Amino acid sequence: MTPDLGAWGVLIAVVGGAIRVSTPYLYVSLGETLTEKSGRVNLGLEGTLVMGAMSGYAISYLTGSPWLGVLVAGGIGAGFGLLHAAICNLPRVNDIAVGIALFLFGTGLAFFLGKPYIQPSAPRLPHLGLGAWSAYPQIRAAFEINALFVAGIVLALTLRWVFANTRWGLVVRTAGDNADAARALGYSLRGVRTLATMAGGFLAGVGGSFLSLYYPGTWNEGLSSGQGLMAIALVIFARWNPIHCFWVSLLFGAATALGPALQSIGYTSNYYLFNAAPYALTLVLLVWSSSPRHALFGAPSELTISK
Amino acid sequence: MTKRFGALTALDDVSLRLAPGAFHAILGENGAGKSTLVKCMMGYHRADAGRLLVDGQEHQVAGPRGAHHLGFGMVYQHFTLVPSMTVAENLILGRDDLPAVVAWAAERERMEAFLRRMPFRVDLDRAAGALAAGEKQKIEILKQLFLGRRVLILDEPTSVLTPDEADQILGVLRTMAREGQVTVVLITHKFREVEAFAHEVTVLRAGRRIGGGHVKDLTRGDLVAMMIPPMLAVEALTVLDDKALTAVRELSLAVGAGEILGVAGVSGNGQRELVETLAGQRSPEAGLIRVAGERYRPTRRQMRRRRVFVLPEEPLSNACVRTMTIAENLAFRNFDEPPIAVTGGFLSRRALHDRGRELIDRFKIRAAGPDASLDTLSGGNVQRTVLARELSQSPKVLVAQNPCAGLDVAATAEIRGRIMAARNAGAAVLFLSEDLDELMELADRIVVMFEGRLVYETARAAADPHVIGHSMASHL
Ligand SMILES: Nc1ncnc2c1ncn2[C@@H]1O[C@H](COP(=O)(O)OP(=O)(O)OP(=O)(O)O)[C@@H](O)[C@H]1O
Ligand SMILES: [Mg+2]
Repeated sequence: MTPDLGAWGVLIAVVGGAIRVSTPYLYVSLGETLTEKSGRVNLGLEGTLVMGAMSGYAISYLTGSPWLGVLVAGGIGAGFGLLHAAICNLPRVNDIAVGIALFLFGTGLAFFLGKPYIQPSAPRLPHLGLGAWSAYPQIRAAFEINALFVAGIVLALTLRWVFANTRWGLVVRTAGDNADAARALGYSLRGVRTLATMAGGFLAGVGGSFLSLYYPGTWNEGLSSGQGLMAIALVIFARWNPIHCFWVSLLFGAATALGPALQSIGYTSNYYLFNAAPYALTLVLLVWSSSPRHALFGAPSELTISK
Repeated sequence: MTKRFGALTALDDVSLRLAPGAFHAILGENGAGKSTLVKCMMGYHRADAGRLLVDGQEHQVAGPRGAHHLGFGMVYQHFTLVPSMTVAENLILGRDDLPAVVAWAAERERMEAFLRRMPFRVDLDRAAGALAAGEKQKIEILKQLFLGRRVLILDEPTSVLTPDEADQILGVLRTMAREGQVTVVLITHKFREVEAFAHEVTVLRAGRRIGGGHVKDLTRGDLVAMMIPPMLAVEALTVLDDKALTAVRELSLAVGAGEILGVAGVSGNGQRELVETLAGQRSPEAGLIRVAGERYRPTRRQMRRRRVFVLPEEPLSNACVRTMTIAENLAFRNFDEPPIAVTGGFLSRRALHDRGRELIDRFKIRAAGPDASLDTLSGGNVQRTVLARELSQSPKVLVAQNPCAGLDVAATAEIRGRIMAARNAGAAVLFLSEDLDELMELADRIVVMFEGRLVYETARAAADPHVIGHSMASHL
């Protein structure tokens, strides 16, 4: 018999949902943070995310190894990052426009190549049962945590440390904040930005594989529903801080989990309204965090949007 | 070093020699090529030609890192601190051997030990973007010193500082240079800093090294004269006369602002053709004219923009229309501008009249009134009318040929006085006259024109009328 947890049940479902759903947000936003810190915006990460989901699923299905799928998804993401960077390295090219083009290209390509994988079911990523101590199945379900989520937390902490304590971190920040300084120091702006965009693409690809290989855990064309774009917006709200990216990803995850959680306790009215919560949250946060009076605090000054 | 940007030669075969411990200033107007020179030294630009020798050895600097290896460090004209980073992060960023992982505890200790030896106090944990300009500049310099540069290049470091801050920073650098710790190259626009701190100076103009030397051998006047292009320059000008014979032969001359260059010579040696060319009445065969360093073609627009005015000889036939009124003749230069020109392409007769009245009074022209025909004026008053027209708009360049010929003593004195006043107001005056006494009285420098060339030049103070008179008649 399932004990009834009532309103607590909703909360636990939302927390569990947040943990599950936040992982792609976390990876895309960390990737975008890294790219933007180097002075470029890559709006194509939505496309990268979908490509990652498709290719990860396909590889897992074909080889039987979901982890290989994750790796390939990341590699394809890095490839998309390289493409973005290579085009942006040409003179008089706007990174926003290239990003939009790659967003459309990535989703289109994924739908085209992914057609054969909609039906079959591929091996999924395993999870860690961190809720095993509890007698409540709801709690056990909520704390079924994927290794990628844990890796994401470690990644956020690592990125923060890298930005503050390593040569790579300092150089990336210099490229993003004062291109003249980077040139004066003899660093190749294009090189730094290319690598940062590729690394960002890798993370977005991994985030995509999480969608198809863990949660929701299938491949179809409506899988991402704009999560990549929301994650890019999330970076602005997180002020380009990897740790904030984590918390804001959780918040977005919670907003996304709200509809299903309410549904799970039988509250089905306004179902679509609650499902729109993450989109509404994006709008609210962006309006709230912008001001006509001051520039975005913490924004890398070399970004086209900062100029 | 030579550096071209497309068609523009920003740096034209400029050399610079730095002794150890020198404090070398580079002067020059905006766009003279100062920044380009040092950026080529730093490997920021790749020079099109030229060599860099350090301790007698030639080095190829592929980029800023190459220059850093040679011990060169530069504080750029625009801040290159990363605003979002702390001072400590900015200090360490410049290291070419920046370790993959920064051991902050040890680095901080090194920085603090370094800062204790420095005369400036700075807070290592402030974000660079939050600092005032003076603080930023100190940190830019500290950064280079922290990185152990031997040659410190500063591109206008004091333009954002107060004089006190500038003195403090430059004073410290001079002391360090004296002790042989660094060699300093200072780009600046401030003569005071050059005189107070530099040992040597190089002056650039339009991409060329135009002069320089030990600061103690040069006066401020010398430096200004080097930096600023002559107000009027004629370069290798060749002009034909009406019979298509060469009247002016590859003639070059330069007149500085606030200077009267007297051109002596018997008439018929090309003076008229030279003046007509400057006035836009005759096209040259070859050569060019520059005003304030820029190419000048005597069109109405350029004359107006550059304020070039001409008092030709025989003004009645060369600069007037005798059948028009005095007011109209006075308005030749500005009838197409407000207030005389009104909307719709019409002229305001009233404004024309009022302006005429005013100039007649100011320049003491004896006339029946502004609306009298120019025909009615005496020769001396025609001269005054042209003078009034040409001098009333504060000329930058004034070309005058025999302006006092045929005038009585009072009128002569008056016109000379007005030309002197224009010179004192900063005009460059090219004064051509057959009257050597007049030139000896007015000119700062005298040249002699003979058969279309300049054959002799002397400062007025050193001028000997006999020598001048002699060279007017033949080659020396
Ligand atoms: N990257 C560039 N591309 C094209 N032209 C350039 C470039 N950099 C400089 N120039 C041109 O080269 C000339 C010399 O410029 P430079 O910056 O050396 O002048 P400067 O003497 O430092 O002047 P300022 O006192 O204004 O700093 C200028 O005409 C400038 O427009
Ligand atoms: Mg400059």
